[in-house]
Amino acid sequence: MTASGPVVVAPRLELRAISKRFGAVQALTAVDFEVAAGEVVALVGDNGAGKSTLVKIISGILPIDEGEVFFDGKPVKLTGAESASSLGIATVYQDLALCDNLDVVGNLFLGRELRVAGPGRLLGWLAETEMEREASLLLDRLSVSIPSVRTQVASLSGGQRQSIAVARSMMGSPKIVLLDEPTAALGVAQTRQVLALIRRLREQGLGVVVISHNLADVFSVADRIVVMRLGRRVATFAASAASEVDVVAAITGARAAEDAGRAGEGPREASREAAL
Amino acid sequence: MKPASASPIDPRLIVDAPGLSGAWAGFRRRVAQGELGSLPVVVGLAVIWAIFYSANPRFLSPVNLTNLLLQIAAMGTISAGLVLILLLGEIDLSAGVVSGLSAAVMAVLNVKLAWPAIPSLAAGVACGAAIGAFHGLWITRLKVPSFVVTLAGLLAWQGALLYVLGDTGTINLVDDVILAIAGTFWPPAIAWALAGAAAFALSGGAVIGRRRRAAAGLPVPPWRADVASIAVRALLLAGVATVFTLDRGLPVAVVLFVGIVLALETLLRRTRFGRHVFAVGGGAEAARRAGIAVDRVRVLVYALAAALAAAGGILAASRLLAVNQSSGSGDVLLSAIAAAVIGGTSLFGGRGSAWSAVLGALVIGSISNGMDLLALSSSVKFMVTGAVLLVAASIDAVSRRGRAAAGRI
Repeated sequence: MTASGPVVVAPRLELRAISKRFGAVQALTAVDFEVAAGEVVALVGDNGAGKSTLVKIISGILPIDEGEVFFDGKPVKLTGAESASSLGIATVYQDLALCDNLDVVGNLFLGRELRVAGPGRLLGWLAETEMEREASLLLDRLSVSIPSVRTQVASLSGGQRQSIAVARSMMGSPKIVLLDEPTAALGVAQTRQVLALIRRLREQGLGVVVISHNLADVFSVADRIVVMRLGRRVATFAASAASEVDVVAAITGARAAEDAGRAGEGPREASREAAL
Repeated sequence: MKPASASPIDPRLIVDAPGLSGAWAGFRRRVAQGELGSLPVVVGLAVIWAIFYSANPRFLSPVNLTNLLLQIAAMGTISAGLVLILLLGEIDLSAGVVSGLSAAVMAVLNVKLAWPAIPSLAAGVACGAAIGAFHGLWITRLKVPSFVVTLAGLLAWQGALLYVLGDTGTINLVDDVILAIAGTFWPPAIAWALAGAAAFALSGGAVIGRRRRAAAGLPVPPWRADVASIAVRALLLAGVATVFTLDRGLPVAVVLFVGIVLALETLLRRTRFGRHVFAVGGGAEAARRAGIAVDRVRVLVYALAAALAAAGGILAASRLLAVNQSSGSGDVLLSAIAAAVIGGTSLFGGRGSAWSAVLGALVIGSISNGMDLLALSSSVKFMVTGAVLLVAASIDAVSRRGRAAAGRI
């Protein structure tokens, strides 16, 4: 083990040698990826590096061509969004996927509404009071500040909407949360709000994977930084030990093969870098 | 115990000053931001009633008001189904014809095949539901736009109506039970009993709701708001009961219409299915990702809407005492769509209420009824109704813009 960051415990989720093709395009080539409980992993890379493909594979949307997936050390199959969420993998997409015409409670419980006990349950009678209370407790726990849980989502700010989307991913008590560009299009204060929320997810023992283009955000929140380039994982940094220059060099491919001197990955990286 | 409020009050949150002036300021702000609710249609209705009353005081007589409610019951029921469709952001052009066909099926079974009334009625409604489910399946499975599928339905089910009615083209209804639907007036005492029960249910519901919120540590709204809204509704109920008392009594058709709307509104606001309807209308992709079976919701909505159309067609047939080749055609469909929109249901999906069917049907029915009283020709009637629809749809579009500017969609 050299510079592979603070992964000391067994990873909660581990992907080994994942490959994915789209027609003639090799989107991912033998990518390894792992995230531990209580860890924030940032996934960075230029456009077309394969970040989104990897996230879609983890969230079960895309089938895997080759490779293995382990959850808590046990081999698992990711065959669809349901299989991923039943493992405890939640995804917050870039476009939030909130219903603007519903209030915060409605959005948080969308698709998993609580029903009253008794005969009303068969009719699907909504337990509004319980939902409102649980929504308030959840938002309190995550320190998400909004005017009222009965506010329509459409009238919230971008940061609040992102926070609601993240909070919603917490509803199923997940173990891994994937965040796709959570701070894109947010202002300074709102970005800070969302980053603080990500830290709270880590404190609660979740494994968090953040895709981001913003290195300042990445450095402020991540424990490890995984760099992808042209469908391969080219570098891994401990956020505390790396410099922004190193990461940028890895993203752009300007960095020489020596950066890839991490356990188990060296030869593959070296050969690819040499071929460039 | 610490109240489980969402968070400390956001300093940017606008809180209205207490008292009447604060309430008035808040009201003006909400109107400016496009949160009109049913305000425009209530104002519009008041204006229409004032105009017709000044032209002919008989317009607001108990007899005429009862007639007005009887006239709108059938179209309003069809409109309630269309509210559901509009909430999805879709359209159903076949609702009128389906109402006619379902009534024809009911009539043929009852009159020609001598089925008893209840099975005939059930078969009529089931026929509508089956047609709606068929439309819904076609729209969701083959991804054909609802406009096209229901336009095809408009043509095809019109043909089916002619076929079912056979050579005579008209079936006169003679069954006592079926004719009683539109022809029965219950004594005024029942009207008052129902109004009292409704007021009691409203108050009881408010008290229980407040207790439950307090027990859960949630903020409880000021009691004045609850009292005011219950008082307004109780007065309205008393007014309607008075009208029925001064005329023939409580018309069963109106009870059915309002009961259907009440049930539909409860379904939309209080149940999981209703929540999913709003979610699909407000963001189908978000709903799909949240695990909602979007296509199933769509098919159910089409089936339910067509079943309501069938119920409306049966009400109309019972009132007309017959089913004929023009049942459900003409301006039935367009009036029903117009009523839903005038009543405040957005054409853009995700916003609306079952009550908009009542309000919109009242507006359209009042125009039609008032023009008849003034012995104006149907040319004027159509032009005025068209203008009102245009105004209502424009209010929807403009207030949508106001909402967008105020960050509310």
